[in-house]
Amino acid sequence: MRVALFVTCINDLLQPRTGRAVVALLERLGVTVEFPEEQSCCGQPQFNTGYRQATEPLVRRFDRAFRDHDYVVTPSGSCAAMVRDNYPRIGAKAAAEGRGRELSDAAALAVPKTYELTEFLVDVLKVEDVGAYYPHTVTYHPTCHGLRMLGLGDRPRRLLQHVKGLELRELPGAEECCGFGGTFAVKNAAVSAAMGADKVRHIAATGAEAVCTVDNSCLLHIGGTLTRQGSTVRPVHIAEILASTEGSVL
Amino acid sequence: MSGTYLGMPAFPRAADVSTRDTRLRANLTHATHTIRDKRAAAVAELDDWAQLRAAGAAVKDRVLRRLDHYLEQLEAAVTAAGGQVHWAADAEEANRIVTALVRETGEREVVKVKSMATQEIGLNQALEDAGIRAYETDLAELIVQLGDDLPSHILVPAIHRNRAEIRDIFRREMGRWGRPAPEGLSDSPAELAEAARLHLREKFLSAKVGISGANFMVAETGTLVVVESEGNGRMCLTLPETLISVVGIEKVVPTWQDLEIFLQLLPRSSTAERMNPYTSTWTGTTDGDGPRNFHLVLLDNGRTDTLADTVGRQALRCIRCSACLNVCPVYERAGGHAYGSPYPGPIGAILTPQLRGMQGPLEESLPYASSLCGACYEVCPVAIDIPEVLVHLRERVVEGGPVTRGGTRTVVKPARGHAAERAAMRAAAWTFDHPGVLRRGMRLAARTRRLHPRRLPGPGRAWSRTRALPAVPAESFRDWWRRTRGESPSGPTGERGAGE
Ligand code: SF4
Repeated sequence: MRVALFVTCINDLLQPRTGRAVVALLERLGVTVEFPEEQSCCGQPQFNTGYRQATEPLVRRFDRAFRDHDYVVTPSGSCAAMVRDNYPRIGAKAAAEGRGRELSDAAALAVPKTYELTEFLVDVLKVEDVGAYYPHTVTYHPTCHGLRMLGLGDRPRRLLQHVKGLELRELPGAEECCGFGGTFAVKNAAVSAAMGADKVRHIAATGAEAVCTVDNSCLLHIGGTLTRQGSTVRPVHIAEILASTEGSVL
Repeated sequence: MSGTYLGMPAFPRAADVSTRDTRLRANLTHATHTIRDKRAAAVAELDDWAQLRAAGAAVKDRVLRRLDHYLEQLEAAVTAAGGQVHWAADAEEANRIVTALVRETGEREVVKVKSMATQEIGLNQALEDAGIRAYETDLAELIVQLGDDLPSHILVPAIHRNRAEIRDIFRREMGRWGRPAPEGLSDSPAELAEAARLHLREKFLSAKVGISGANFMVAETGTLVVVESEGNGRMCLTLPETLISVVGIEKVVPTWQDLEIFLQLLPRSSTAERMNPYTSTWTGTTDGDGPRNFHLVLLDNGRTDTLADTVGRQALRCIRCSACLNVCPVYERAGGHAYGSPYPGPIGAILTPQLRGMQGPLEESLPYASSLCGACYEVCPVAIDIPEVLVHLRERVVEGGPVTRGGTRTVVKPARGHAAERAAMRAAAWTFDHPGVLRRGMRLAARTRRLHPRRLPGPGRAWSRTRALPAVPAESFRDWWRRTRGESPSGPTGERGAGE
């Protein structure tokens, strides 16, 4: 089994510790992790803002980077959803516009092997207890793309429930969008901020020390809102919790 | 009603104002959360909901594929049943037809059952210009009309008003339109409903002309169907001598059997009821019963243009249940008026720019009025993939492309004002496709990280007003990987051949 880590551009640049946590976690579970350096951004920001054609080189790049791997694992629900839901659309439209089948073939290869981290753990490795230790109260925000596009269901929560020392607090209005939405946060800043404020209010109401998600982009928005409001609740990616052990709590 | 959606500002500006209206937000949050929880429970009762939903979508798609066929079948059936069918290409033509039909009767007053299609074409205003008064008889629509206001929700047009506001509107305005509000009217729902009932009853009994929309039209028999809760619609449909129904062409279904699906999907999605209290059907004219003259005005107004778009056409499946509004976090904060049409919320964001075309800043801003969270798609009883259509329309805004307008295929130019964004998006995509450049940029960002502002200038200012920017870490992931895993910089998957 050749497992490639697709770390995503946001994690590469802004949250490298999430990538390091995935490596630590998977290696602890006996998986050999490779990091194809040719990888880059999945193209989601461009695609979701309407620049579909600008994403085509990134689809090709994804294909080149991961062509030889059986599994691509990414610590991002929205980037996994981009590959699974939108690469086929990009391929189909390119073909319809007379640019051949190259992109739809690339999408067809990428879709079945791309997994969000918690999906990979539960569905492929078939583990729910990853041997983690995290002595904190945590609340879990299911991100929209993880929840609705990928259909992660309760996989992340099942993993968290097996973490030793961790107390999971229910988040009121959990399934509501945090208001990030990529460029939405800039183009409709007022509505985005209002949504973020409500999300943070609900997080505070749980009394948890930390809030975790499967996606650092949502977490940056939530964390940025928490910081502006002077909250002490810590935003943590689920990979960092699952990678923590009694020896080293990340 | 003199309210008009014309000249509304782009969505972000209107929404910016409404997010600060705390009473509006409280009204909306309360109303939408109540109905969304009830809807979820009503839907959960049916274990074949997923199949029903797929069947609803399939019937609508079948109709859309052969719309011309079903409309001709409908026209023949309506005509055979003693009705008259009129075809209206756009709002102006529809208004002209209806106005002429009312004039022929010699009447100066009409009663109306709530109809989205007549809101869409601005019929009340057109009638008023012709010296004809239209009385809305749906309770919420009456509140909107008396308040000289605009509807802000598909099902509950006055959702933005609370009881005290409604009492004030009734006290102030009812007398100018007919029977005044009773002395000492309070804001108890029962008293408000009774005041409306008395006021409306006079209208029903005197009106000679009724104007309606329809939820469905059955092609095989020429039957129209209205689904409602109050029964006021049924009075409008049966008491007048002349009935004029204005209906969008996409509302046709092939057979009575198809209704079975929609009469389950619609009430549960809409009011969270197992069955709506009143389902009225009418077919042409019948001697000695109901209206003596029946006219059906079939409204296109951008629908065949929308049909020509293979991705966007799914918006025409919509059965106007309003479930997508009630779950939408953006609608909940922005309110319905910000969408600038009788179709607010997620469905409005994809329907309005298609029916009207990208004709101005409002239409161009609507595809962006969403965080793409997908809650609308999840609840939609006919499985319209609203996020997919939003992204599709965003592409039209920023890149232009082929569209059909007035039945003719043309190519539209990108909307103005996106040049900087387009350059930035393309530059980012180019950089991401050139890892060497990307790595150098990331190293530069890491090295200069102490100099980075925590607040942004320009378009990012609003972002950093409410959210702190993250600090750039000292080492990117790929640099860490290289340092600790000792991969050679020009290894087999290095960047040679990346075009630098
Ligand atoms: S788009 Fe779907 S959910 Fe929204 S009003 Fe139409 S049918 Fe209902």
